Amino acid sequence: MIWIAIRMLTGDRQKFYGLLFGIAFSTLLITQQLTIFVNLIERGASGAYNVGEAQVWVMDPVSRTTDVAYALPSTALDKVRGVRGVEWAVPHLRAAASVRTKDGDLEGVAIIGVDDATLIGLPKRMASGSIDVLSQPDSVIIDDVGTINMFGADVDPIGERLELNDQRAVIRGIADSIPSFTSQVTLYTKYSQALRYVPGTRNRLSFVLVGVSEGQTAAEVADRIERDTGLKAETRDEFAQAGVDFIIENTGIPTNFGITVVLGFVVGVAIVGLTFSLFIRDNIKQFGALKAIGVTNGRILRMVAAQAGLVGFIGYGFGVLGTVGFMWAFSGNPFFKGFYIPWQIPLISLGAVIVILAITGTLALRSVFKTEPASVFR
Amino acid sequence: MMATIMDPSAIGGCKPDAAICTRGVTRDFKAGQQTITVLHGIDTDIRAGELTFVVGESGSGKTTLISIMCGILYPTLGEVKVFGTDIYRLSDTELVKFRLQNIGFIFQQYNLIPSIDAASNAAVPLIAQGMGRLEARERAKAMLERLNIGNQADKLPNQLSGGQQQRVAIARALVHEPRLVVCDEPTAALDASSGRRVMDLLREVAVAADRACIIVTHDNRIFDLADRIIQLEDGRITHDGTTMPDGH
Repeated sequence: MIWIAIRMLTGDRQKFYGLLFGIAFSTLLITQQLTIFVNLIERGASGAYNVGEAQVWVMDPVSRTTDVAYALPSTALDKVRGVRGVEWAVPHLRAAASVRTKDGDLEGVAIIGVDDATLIGLPKRMASGSIDVLSQPDSVIIDDVGTINMFGADVDPIGERLELNDQRAVIRGIADSIPSFTSQVTLYTKYSQALRYVPGTRNRLSFVLVGVSEGQTAAEVADRIERDTGLKAETRDEFAQAGVDFIIENTGIPTNFGITVVLGFVVGVAIVGLTFSLFIRDNIKQFGALKAIGVTNGRILRMVAAQAGLVGFIGYGFGVLGTVGFMWAFSGNPFFKGFYIPWQIPLISLGAVIVILAITGTLALRSVFKTEPASVFR
Repeated sequence: MMATIMDPSAIGGCKPDAAICTRGVTRDFKAGQQTITVLHGIDTDIRAGELTFVVGESGSGKTTLISIMCGILYPTLGEVKVFGTDIYRLSDTELVKFRLQNIGFIFQQYNLIPSIDAASNAAVPLIAQGMGRLEARERAKAMLERLNIGNQADKLPNQLSGGQQQRVAIARALVHEPRLVVCDEPTAALDASSGRRVMDLLREVAVAADRACIIVTHDNRIFDLADRIIQLEDGRITHDGTTMPDGH
């Protein structure tokens, strides 16, 4: 009977394709929007994850993220270095600045000052050039996405001169980094050079980056730093999570994406529900005849479940493939750099598809169950 | 589904050779606040080996009567025995199984499944009984051969004429060798000659010594093919004989 059920459905091509479209559309919308949402809010952690070496981030107690930080006095560096379990500690500066390009455009940029001696604070990989270029005068390294935003995709920015807060800067390398939440252009330079670029205030040290000694955990050392210095210290993962939480708490992004995901679900229920109901209504005489012949309600339930299962399986597959295709098609776009589909998201959309089919299948089945076998004689 | 309320006074009296025996069968329908009685205490016995016609005007209760006789509509009162089984004392599941094993249906509108071919349509009762699809199709094809449309077995219903679709419906009704065949207006959608051919065929393949065949019709062109005619008027049997009374 399952074979008959499948043929009944696939034989009505318009409705079959309509059902597939409904499920595929819902799956695509839910999977794609959740994927973009997760990847976007994970950008809140990009500052922490770009600095691979730092196991602990030390900051003023009021600081919250890499972009929301209150400067520390330079003495904080020595205090942290004196804490047991700290293998090394280096200064890290983050500040905003303005750049005037040679075309005369003004661009807001983030300046990141990395440790002069060790260059800890730079992204792990370079897209072009070497980190050694920072030893040359007025050198800055630009992030790869920032390059495209500032110069376009086809321009090699190496050697470009910038007017950075009224001072000369020369781009000598391109870092392969995770873009920030706002995809703002980021310029890396040595700490000492960064102090010259950003306007002078008494305290300009944003963070102290810490590596922990062998045999110590980052959490233990962070606790000890907080206890001994009165500063705030977080492990890299805690600090990354804080960046994500900040976006969730302070932007309308979760609400906007949430609305789109709910719309995807509702549209799925509407399209699939309507089409499924039409399909059942068109075949109600056949279902009535089957009931008269001697097919039990339980068997009809399995028939409809098989039809829903087939539609769900194929429609879901198309939806997920559509999402993969979307991600692949936009993989060259700097906005989508590093985007991936977390394995939990297809599971969530699968759950949504099952719920859509359960709701619409139940509604459709009600009319079949209510059909009296005797109605076939009318 | 309406509850079965048995009338104690109506039990018993079935003839030993009766394929179907109804005693005191009454059926009411609710229409708003009103209760309309469609059948008034029908007592009749249908014998195997005969082509029995149930005739009457629209609204006379003939469709309700055969619906009750074949176990798809509960009577309000009365008892129905089909080959000795008091079918409305069976549980719902047992009744569905009883229909699947013992009754073949031919519907006025055929009710074939449009997206499966003639052989698969004819095989539906066998597949529902649990037989493998290929084996069921082979048996259905053999039945279609008997009905002279074996060469149409692979065609979809919409590729067949009305008469051919009716033959597929007949094949579906007979493929599992039921003991009771119920036909609802089998010639209503056919022209006179096609209707006559279908009835000849039905007599040839459906009537057997151990099988009862009931046909509901108001097509007086085929009354002469009946072995027995039961006429209903306003839910009561007004004639029971081998021919129609004079004037019809």
